[in-house]
Amino acid sequence: MSPSATARQIAPPANGLPSHAGIYHYDQMDRDFLTERVEQFRRQVARRLSGDLTEDEFKPLRLMNGLYLQLHAYMLRIAVPYGVLTSRQVRQLAHIARTYDKGFGHFTTRQNLQLNWIKLVDVPAILDLLAEVDLHAIQTSGNCIRNVTSDQFAGAASDEVVDPRHYAEVLRQWSTLHPEFSFLPRKFKIAITGSANDRAAICIHDVGLIAKRDAEGRVGFEVYVGGGLGRTPFIAKKLRDFVPEDELIAYLEATLRVYNAYGRRDNIYKARIKILVHELGIEKFRDEVEAEFARMPRAEYRLDPAIVDGIKARFASQPYETLEPISGVLARARLEDQAFNRWVRTNVAAHRQPGYAIATITLKPAGGIPGDASADQMDAIAALADRYSFGEIRVTHEQNLVLAHVRQDDLPALWKALSDIGFGEANSGLITDIIACPGLDYCALANARSIPLAQRISERFADLDRQHDIGELKIKISGCINACGHHHVGHIGILGVDKKGVEAYQLTLGGSASEEGAIGDIMGPALSADEALDAIGAVVGVYLEQRQDGERFLDTLARIGHTPFKDKVYAAH
Amino acid sequence: MPLIESGKLIDDAWARLGDDAPLPASDVPVIVSLARLRKDRDALVGRNGGLGVFLASNQHPKDVADLLADVALVALDFPKFRDGRGFTVARELREYLGYRGTIRAVGHTIPDQYLFLVRCGVDQVEIPEGKDAATWAHALTEITTAYQVSVAGPLPVARLARHKRAEHAA
Repeated sequence: MSPSATARQIAPPANGLPSHAGIYHYDQMDRDFLTERVEQFRRQVARRLSGDLTEDEFKPLRLMNGLYLQLHAYMLRIAVPYGVLTSRQVRQLAHIARTYDKGFGHFTTRQNLQLNWIKLVDVPAILDLLAEVDLHAIQTSGNCIRNVTSDQFAGAASDEVVDPRHYAEVLRQWSTLHPEFSFLPRKFKIAITGSANDRAAICIHDVGLIAKRDAEGRVGFEVYVGGGLGRTPFIAKKLRDFVPEDELIAYLEATLRVYNAYGRRDNIYKARIKILVHELGIEKFRDEVEAEFARMPRAEYRLDPAIVDGIKARFASQPYETLEPISGVLARARLEDQAFNRWVRTNVAAHRQPGYAIATITLKPAGGIPGDASADQMDAIAALADRYSFGEIRVTHEQNLVLAHVRQDDLPALWKALSDIGFGEANSGLITDIIACPGLDYCALANARSIPLAQRISERFADLDRQHDIGELKIKISGCINACGHHHVGHIGILGVDKKGVEAYQLTLGGSASEEGAIGDIMGPALSADEALDAIGAVVGVYLEQRQDGERFLDTLARIGHTPFKDKVYAAH
Repeated sequence: MPLIESGKLIDDAWARLGDDAPLPASDVPVIVSLARLRKDRDALVGRNGGLGVFLASNQHPKDVADLLADVALVALDFPKFRDGRGFTVARELREYLGYRGTIRAVGHTIPDQYLFLVRCGVDQVEIPEGKDAATWAHALTEITTAYQVSVAGPLPVARLARHKRAEHAA
């Protein structure tokens, strides 16, 4: 039997979602719920406009529907459940961006899409359009369990042990309008991976989960707690080595209960679970969770394996062709075209299905705005997904997109098509693959602009030969201490600060969001944008000068320490 | 303050008794602080009127566990609606301590929390003066199903479990 004959197809519903895309396909109850939820928000907006709800009371309600009030307008943050979308959904997002925004959208580090120029009165209509394609903005903000994030290569990666999407979906359903945990001390972010190579940055989440298997092959979860960035960054600590699959919900309920009961509510900056874990110490915190877990009516919270199977059955699988593991077409194209070969080296990852590959579309063209895509570009990517990847598109926490199931034979044509829309840059994981928050251009919290600095760095290092020579180097930029741009875990982190009314940038070195998770160290006094740009040049210069065979930037930094970099950057000061 | 139960306005027979106020001679049911309950337990329990206890938002169910058998009502304070500790307290009272008496939410809550409160085991809610009770009643009908188990009984259904049924059907 060929693989295509066994691939699970979910009958395309009326809304025409591609039937082999690897999303959780909604059932009628999911749709009924979403319809009710949109109606509920429509009434909440009406009650706000009539004065029945004060702005103070309305605020958490709109936030739980992803609606922020920014510097210039409302911003709507649309949930992309664990980063997976269908081409139909992407087309609908493009349509919304065109109709209700300025014709583009912004993909974020939370695998979401933000629209930055929204009118309050349009929001119910936008939510209707989203619901048409099984999308929503539920719990993308507010002091609740936020939409769960995951590995953008889930279900495709060759190094995967457990497909985290199935459990991410369990968590999505469990956390949706949770009666007990919708008014937590502060927001609560859960990330899950199912691979030893952590692409979901679980170490910087309130709870990080690694799905794994025990010696008998049974699924369970390594649980981390208390990670987070912001003004008090922490790498998450291990809470438990193995929670069996059927206890996942019970264990998370126990963890959340301890947080809801004891988390600080007197100071917004000390309200995250990381502070509670830090103040109690991980041992004491663990004791509290285990005590809670021990006395829960566990049977009621049991995640029956039949439930997991039922959810798995609503994920379509892909009708892969039986192919040779190594594509001759790909090998020839790599030899013939150096530019294409370069793109394959950085933007293509191994797929577990022979003859297939995972392609990352970096939304980081030279001089571009990290994570931005126009409506036309979204439509074009949707068409490419239909043609090359079963109508499925992934969003990454590094603000890129992924086509997860591309035949290796198709990679040359895909790359050419991507290049035609400006997204063919061979820079995944390189110095211009920058994460940046919206910054002072949009955000009411920001101290400094992030996007223009990202664009200048991108221009400064645009030369691809140089980028590839430098190799893996992750720059992350936040416009303020809230750290939406993950600067603490950038190999080079950049934090925008307000220096007596002037925008300035503080640099950190040595952070990492991968399984080697680390918070970067501050280099020295904050710099102007021009100086910061030169400082990055100087840091790269020291690395290139000092590196030994095969060393990445982080390896050289670990070997020679921070001093040579600091000396070089601050020599002129 | 108006009081609602199951989405309907009801009369409030209970009186809040200050920590220094004398015990009423009549059988009017009273709600006292945890401190007062500990101090005057015998006298309070010896009355014919009902006895309730008020828990501040920083007090935990375990603080009152040994007294639950004596009280017919627990009033949970919501100092501001964003302070969600009461949801966990209500649930712990029901789930861990097996409390079967009345749980009442007092203080600042909003209609949009009503369904959550019910699902965590709260029976009665004091609503702010001047607010339309109909909005609260309607809030119970807005979302007719839920994804989680509830201490409030069979409705709304826990939707995760439907996958189990689907699996067996297939």
